[in-house]
Amino acid sequence: MAASALSTTLSDNGAVVERHWQELNLRRRIYTFLGLALLAVALSGSLWFANATNAGKFFDRLPYFFDFVGDLVPRDAAEIGRAMFDLPSPYDDGSLKYNYPEGRMYLTDSIYVPEYFYKMLETLNIAIFSTIFGMFFGFILCFFAARNLMPNPWVRGLVRRIMEILRAFPEVVIAGFFLAILSLGAIPAIIAVSIHTVGALGKLFFEVVENADMKPDEGLRAAGGNWFERVWFGIVPQVLPNFMSYFLLRLEINVRASTIIGAVGGGGIGEPLRLSISQGHEAKTLAIIILLFSTIIAVDQFSAWLRRRLVGDQAFQLAQ
Amino acid sequence: MTANTMMNTAQMEAIAARHPHLLKSSTSKRIRSVLIFAGIALYMIYSWWFFSIGQVLVNANWGIAGTYLADWVSYEVRPDIKIANDGTMQVVYPRYSPLGPDAKPEWVKIETKMVDRTIDVPAVAQQAAPKKSSSFSFMAPNSAVGSSAGAGARTETRTEEVVSRATVNFNATTSIDVASGTVTATHAGESLLIDLDHSTGVTPQGALPEWATQKRPGEKITLAFGMTGWADVDKEKISIHNRFPGWANFIFDTNSPFFNRSFGEVASLIISGERLDPGRSNLSLAWNNILYNSEWQHLDVWTKLLQTIVMAFVGTLFASIIAFPLCFLAARNITRNGLLNQVTKRFFDFLRSVDMLIWALFFTRAFGPGPLAGMSAIFFTDTGTLGKLYSEALENIDDKQREGVKSVGAAPLAVQRFGILPQVLPVFASQALYFWESNTRSATIIGAVGAGGIGLKLWEAMRTNSDWENVCYMVILILIVVFIFDSISNLLRSRLMGQKTH
Repeated sequence: MAASALSTTLSDNGAVVERHWQELNLRRRIYTFLGLALLAVALSGSLWFANATNAGKFFDRLPYFFDFVGDLVPRDAAEIGRAMFDLPSPYDDGSLKYNYPEGRMYLTDSIYVPEYFYKMLETLNIAIFSTIFGMFFGFILCFFAARNLMPNPWVRGLVRRIMEILRAFPEVVIAGFFLAILSLGAIPAIIAVSIHTVGALGKLFFEVVENADMKPDEGLRAAGGNWFERVWFGIVPQVLPNFMSYFLLRLEINVRASTIIGAVGGGGIGEPLRLSISQGHEAKTLAIIILLFSTIIAVDQFSAWLRRRLVGDQAFQLAQ
Repeated sequence: MTANTMMNTAQMEAIAARHPHLLKSSTSKRIRSVLIFAGIALYMIYSWWFFSIGQVLVNANWGIAGTYLADWVSYEVRPDIKIANDGTMQVVYPRYSPLGPDAKPEWVKIETKMVDRTIDVPAVAQQAAPKKSSSFSFMAPNSAVGSSAGAGARTETRTEEVVSRATVNFNATTSIDVASGTVTATHAGESLLIDLDHSTGVTPQGALPEWATQKRPGEKITLAFGMTGWADVDKEKISIHNRFPGWANFIFDTNSPFFNRSFGEVASLIISGERLDPGRSNLSLAWNNILYNSEWQHLDVWTKLLQTIVMAFVGTLFASIIAFPLCFLAARNITRNGLLNQVTKRFFDFLRSVDMLIWALFFTRAFGPGPLAGMSAIFFTDTGTLGKLYSEALENIDDKQREGVKSVGAAPLAVQRFGILPQVLPVFASQALYFWESNTRSATIIGAVGAGGIGLKLWEAMRTNSDWENVCYMVILILIVVFIFDSISNLLRSRLMGQKTH
């Protein structure tokens, strides 16, 4: 900043240092500028492309932007409650819009579970089941992918590649494929989410294992423990809290993922949500959104609380 | 497990007596872990019942799974051998056969002769489209209409060339030969003779080998030859399904003038050949034919893929740009206003907890289907997520740097710029990059609900159940894109963060 003023009082060596610093600074600025210019070009190109290939153009559609707010105003506030708890509506005209009681899941003759609660439970179950399933296989695989436990680079590389492919394979394709075989239902969604979870958790797990303290392992090895004993008694106890933390983190993600998979035919709350939004059933849409929103918040809060108990604040650093 | 150390029992007991808490707590822990495992097992049993998994798996159509999987990397050519009442035959290819119109493949050998025939007009034999067996009704595009030979059809006699013998060679050991009402099928060293008769139907001579099945006497016989294909033998028609590895017509479709030419021929046409279309050069014609290949729709697939990439890129970039100033408001060590912190944080939570799906559905309504909807959905969700992560990063910074800048009398903005930004900027950029990469993946799936990108195309290709090779093509493209972005993002992040992240 005041470099020119300072340089008059600097020694020769100091002036050289100062000049180098100035040059470095200039180069860094040029790079930053070039990077930002590149980003701006990429961004405007992308925006133009997105707008050109979109069904409606951005500026044409902008006046209709808040149309969906209009889609969300039911005839009266109590309608939301009726839609949520499957109570008969006073506006019932026989159309799909007000047929709330039809979705009731009767447990006995008089006790029923409201449709959306049941669907929400289904989504939640898809998420929990596939997270447990994914954790089980991720747990088994991760020890074969960790450098400190699997010295053979071929096995390690193979397991890592398998996990990468499982992770990157589009879930929607797995769900679609199994939908074709199993017909409609939640199981395609379970398979899709589970397969993705195996890859994702496997990667997180083996990184935890690679960072584990190897002293217990050395002790067991000195005492003549075989590979399984070393893993089970030396590594697992120290990585288990971190594994649980990642399990819970994944659970949060999977609740969202199974909702989306549900929207493309995989069972659960996603499907009625998509239908009621596209058909303009305000009360039903709002009921589902409120249900989904509170479930996601509840799961997030529960998971945050449990993770803090298990691993402390460390659990809240950036998950890779 | 430490039985081979030098301790004797008395010493071990002494140690146990000295540290009772170690052993005691381990029993309670053990009970707890047993309980947890039992709980999980119970939950899995409950889920098994809840989703009736066993029943669904039993009722699943596993036979079709193999066909679908094979369709990913291979294709079928389906000629039909039709047998008319007088025993003459005709080999017919479906309209959209991968071999193109008027195909004469080497693996179908035909002997012809001239006969005088009396035929109905309109003739049944002129119907080119094959009829599909019920389990393959997903081949809807070429399914046949019923015979239209009505009562008023007149007959006439003409001399024409008909097929007297047809031989289909699937591979060296598998073939089907049809001549004068008898089908000879050979597979894996076994031969099966089948008599076709209009009154008695389909009758095999001798016992059926393992690869042939007939549900009821007289009905059609299905011959399964594994990966080389299969065939249905009925009294009036033999449907051949000959499977070839690879993707059919990946570069030029059957309507292209370049179809069925070798690479050398195409290259010489492009470089020095006569213009096939006087209006333009062969190069541009070839490129145009590739882009608008009717089976593979390359241009459309690439456009949709680019949309997916753009959705993730713009969505994440905007999200980080908006989250950047807001996170300073949310961080309680920077903005010392509890109310403002809480409001901003709850705002982030709201954006995050309204699922990406809900945003995607709403924006699809607002902007119409297309990348704008997906982009906005990613933008809204990730503003929440990134804002939360950024404000947590800010709350964990080292305060000394800030105090140093403050102590020399810097203005508040300069304190943030020189006291905080250098610490958090790499973290911010790294998190944005991570989300960019992971959004490339999630952009695929929200596309399937109409929010633009390759997801919808993928979903449509799967819904028809006949375009699995297109699904495979798109999956490979997606995997390539994801791996490239994964590596770029990892490279940039490890540059930014030093060696801490990989």
